[in-house]
This record gives sequence, structure tokens and C-alpha cells, in this order.
Amino acid sequence: MNDNTIVCRCEDITLKELRDLIKEGYTTLDEIKRALRLGMGPCQGNICLDIAAREICKMTDKTMEEIKMPRKRPPVLGIKMSELAGDTDEE
Amino acid sequence: MKSKAEIVIIGGGVIGASIAYNLADKGMKDIVVLEKNYIASGSTGSCGAGIRQQWGTKMNCLLSKKSMEIFENMNEILETKRDIELKQGGYLLLAFSEPELDQFKENVKLQHRYGIPSELLTVKEAKEIVPQLNTEGITGATYCPTDGHANPFRVTQAYVEAAQRKGVEFYTYTKAEDIITENGKIKKVITDQGEIETNKVVNAAGGFSKEVSRLAGIEIPTKAERHEILVTEQVNPILKPMVMSFSYNIYCQQTPDGSFVMGYGDPDEPESHNVKSSWQFLEEMSKKATHLLPFLKKIRVIRQWAGLYNITPDAQPILDEATDLEGFFMAVGFSGHGFMIAPMTGILMSEMILDEELSIDIELDLERFENDRLILEPSVV
Repeated sequence: MNDNTIVCRCEDITLKELRDLIKEGYTTLDEIKRALRLGMGPCQGNICLDIAAREICKMTDKTMEEIKMPRKRPPVLGIKMSELAGDTDEE
Repeated sequence: MKSKAEIVIIGGGVIGASIAYNLADKGMKDIVVLEKNYIASGSTGSCGAGIRQQWGTKMNCLLSKKSMEIFENMNEILETKRDIELKQGGYLLLAFSEPELDQFKENVKLQHRYGIPSELLTVKEAKEIVPQLNTEGITGATYCPTDGHANPFRVTQAYVEAAQRKGVEFYTYTKAEDIITENGKIKKVITDQGEIETNKVVNAAGGFSKEVSRLAGIEIPTKAERHEILVTEQVNPILKPMVMSFSYNIYCQQTPDGSFVMGYGDPDEPESHNVKSSWQFLEEMSKKATHLLPFLKKIRVIRQWAGLYNITPDAQPILDEATDLEGFFMAVGFSGHGFMIAPMTGILMSEMILDEELSIDIELDLERFENDRLILEPSVV
């Protein structure tokens, strides 16, 4: 892993961007998510949030148990609007 | 934590942060902001992120026009570390009946009086701006090219950081639990982390404005109400303006990152602090949006959430000092449009608190609800 390693593939966020933010004092996942859009893409943070939690632990005195995961927002997987609208005659 | 402060602002959303910055900018010292969660964790962080100047009352027109002028220069004014992501793609407001269009004509006249560059459009002209629009039932539209979007987290953080550089202290994860008064004066604020002596308090508590006022023994006619939103996956830029209608009850905008953010107001939503998402919203929103903008059918919804509107009977905020409690200031009841008028609200509240001449003559006092001097804002979702 180096500075250019992508930690959030949906939003193209590098490890350096994440570490810089933690250095600035952002030490909760909720705050990091909102500042960087980390975890706001189609995978909803399934990959990046654990990585971010680990980086916070490395750089602060927090332990993994102390790190709160952001609230899970529905839906779990992306759904086409036509399906949600109950369209039967999709092109 | 400080044991004494010149002023304690309750609420770390965009309103509290903007007031704190403007007070510090005018030279006030010892300013404390209390936030029970993290910065922008309430209404600010769950809002639709739109910025509109097309309003139907003088106050909302003035507040939003002057706020937009600040948004346009915010990166420079606040020396922001991260761009606020201002996108001025305009707002296209759709009318679905002749009476609604007549109201729009009145609104545009009013908006022009305050320098807002809005215009009345025919259905054909509206379709030129948004070619994908299903115009069925639409009678006309108005458009303001300088309306748009900004990132609420970035804006709030920009205010917070600029305020911190001027000495303001923000205590996050700190909840105001009581306000102690004596003979019509404020003595101290009690938090779950300690007590702060002060003579001045600002209620900037968004969805919890009524509860915070009650800590000081003051009743205000605001009510909290859940409003739901959804966001889609990111796609290439295809929709320039915010598309909005009050009668059809929808707003939908493509943000600079490419995702669509949309919502509507449920007329049967009860007063509560509920911020849970519902499947009913997901279904109804998808029906409404794909009918008006059929290209959305192919796009996936990736997330939904909800936040609180803080509504007043006339859908305009309360910006006032309490008559019965000296030093108790209120910047509450933004009725779903607090983010977009936060820059000007911060300036006006700082002037009010420091007893300076106000840069706009505002008529947003608390007494208006008792004296029946209400001027209803007709244009809200």
C-alpha cells in the first residue's frame, strides 16, 4: 500500500487523502464519510469503511471496538427506478 | 470545556456555524457552539442541498438573493480548504394549473423587485432547458439561471474552520440539557459535559428548536417533520437545472458528482423526530420522478435517508430575540430552506446580537404568529 492506493473505489479516494483527513482531526467514520464522500457510492461503504476504521486506529489511540459504523442506509443494492415505480412496460 | 462564555450557540449545523463565524468576524470573543452529535449531523447534513432564490415573499427573496451572493464568493471569503461545490445550473419551477401559473407571475414580479434574475417560460421554452421533460399537464414555468446547489457538509465545515481560526470553540458530542435563568436574564447553560456561565444563548437547534426553547421556558410555534430523500448512482451530466414543482410535489437535481438527489413532501407526515426511511417513499418517489423525467427509469437508487424540517405556520424562519428573556436569540423554523439562506442569516443574527443596524429590514419576529401578521410563503415543497 502506498499513498496512491485507492481505498474507496466508488469515489476514487486515495489512502493519502484519507490519512490527511485523519491528521486534520477527523476521527469518526461519520465525519470522514461526509467530508470525502467515502462510502457514499454504489457499494455503500462495504469495502472502504473497514479500511478507514483501521487507518483511524493506526493513527490515533482508538481501538476497532470504539469505532462506530455509520448508519446503514437502504437499499442494500442499487435498484432501477423503473422497478421501484412498478413499471411493466419497460423498453 | 470553558466555564464562561460571552455567548453559547446551541446547534452545530450550518445556521449555528454561520452565526458563530459572523460574530467572531465582527470581533466578538469567547464564542462557544454546542453540538450534540457531529458538525452538520442534523437537518443540514440531511438536506437536499439546493439553493433557490425564486420565492413568493419579500423576506425569503431578500434572504436567498443575498445568500447566493455570498455562496458565489464563499471559497474566497471563508478561505475554504475544500471547494463548496457550488453549481449554478438554475431551478426550473413547473406550474400545473392556471392559478398556479398566475401565482408564478406574481412571484416573478416580486423577485424582479429584489434583483433576482428569474423569468417566466412557456412550456416550449421549459422543454428547451430540459429536453427530457414530460410536459403533460404543465401550464408554464419559471426559471432562474443563478439558482443551484452547494455541498452542505463542505459549507458548514468551511464556516466552522473559519470561525475556529477566529477563536470560536466548537464542542461536538456535547448536549445542552438546561438553560438557567433568573429575573428574565440568562445565567448559564448546563451540558452533559459541564456548565458554562453566559448571558447570551442562540437557539440554532434545527429540528429540536422547540425543545431547546423550552429549556429556557419559551414556547415557539415550530414543529419538526420528517422529509425523505433518495440519491441515485452517478451518471454523466444530463440534467442542468433543479426541476421542481409545488403542486406536483417534487424536486430533483443532478449534483456535481453526477448523482440525482430528489424528494417530495408528504402532506400527511405527522409532527415527530422520526428520521427513519420508508419503502413507501421509495416507491412513490420513483413513480413521480420517472413520470416527469422518464430517463430516470434506467438509473439505480443507491441510498435513501430522512431529515427534519422545522416548520413555522408561514414557512418563514423566526429570527428574533425573546421579549421575556433578554439575551435569548432564535434562528429557527427554516421550514426546509435553512441551508440556502444560512449565509445571510448568520450576518443578520450577528448584527442583532451585537445591537448593530440590520443590513435588511426583517419582519421575522416571534410575535407575528400571535398578532396574525402572517405573510404566507406560497412556494414550498
